[in-house]
Amino acid sequence: MSRHSLSPHQYLILALVSVCAPLGDTCLSRGMTRVPAVSLSHPGALVAAVFTPWIAAGIALLIGFFASYLTALSWADLTFVLPATAFGNVIVALLSRFWLHEAISLERWAGIVLITLGVGFIAQGPSLTERPAPQPKADAVEVP
Amino acid sequence: MTVPFSPVQPGVWTATAMIAAIVLSSTAGEVLTAAAMKSVGDLDEIRAHSGMKSAIRAVITCPLFFAGVFFLALAFFALLFALNHLNLSLVAPASASLTLVTNAVAGKIFLKENVDRRRWASALFVCIGVYLLAH
Repeated sequence: MSRHSLSPHQYLILALVSVCAPLGDTCLSRGMTRVPAVSLSHPGALVAAVFTPWIAAGIALLIGFFASYLTALSWADLTFVLPATAFGNVIVALLSRFWLHEAISLERWAGIVLITLGVGFIAQGPSLTERPAPQPKADAVEVP
Repeated sequence: MTVPFSPVQPGVWTATAMIAAIVLSSTAGEVLTAAAMKSVGDLDEIRAHSGMKSAIRAVITCPLFFAGVFFLALAFFALLFALNHLNLSLVAPASASLTLVTNAVAGKIFLKENVDRRRWASALFVCIGVYLLAH
């Protein structure tokens, strides 16, 4: 299997995938903790929450994530693209600790480090599975 | 001034069910979306040759893409629900990491991707990491 290397532009797309997702999640968390508890008997409250500023900002960032994610999926394997978002876990942890003032224990820090190591391991492999070239259709082959 | 609402932390099984709902719907969505994008082709090349409109048209005319978006939307609302009851530092890393493992399995089975030893080993790293996160 040949190694599919990425261009700087493609690394930029992966960086956007990594950054936009955790920032969006953090905005969503900040917004949702200011909304009273949502129960399954009143699902409409979730829809109303979408129009609050923090949730709206989170959604805008997640749209940016989705656009770059789709682009990445068009030239790389799913199992290669997803690890790019793993570095976002570190960003989430830092944002949770210093912005949302949530307590993060040593065990959770160790978990975040292990996850990042694991996904970094995946990312060292080829970005795309080598597939055989498609065979021409039988009716497209000219018979002499 | 808005007073932040302090959610009561649910039990382990409730938290597990919330995270499982995110992971399963997210995996279905991501596999369907990945299959859609592979059928569309390299978006950067399409955009370079035919422009941004053609790239957008290529995506939104693919039925698989909308099936994927449906499940990703389901995962999104499951995430909102979970964030309403659990801390972000648990929900985001746990769901993201577990999704990575389920996607490795789904990618091998449904997308026929080459998930080699390196990728399986890293899945083990991620599982231990998730255990430590939820501990």
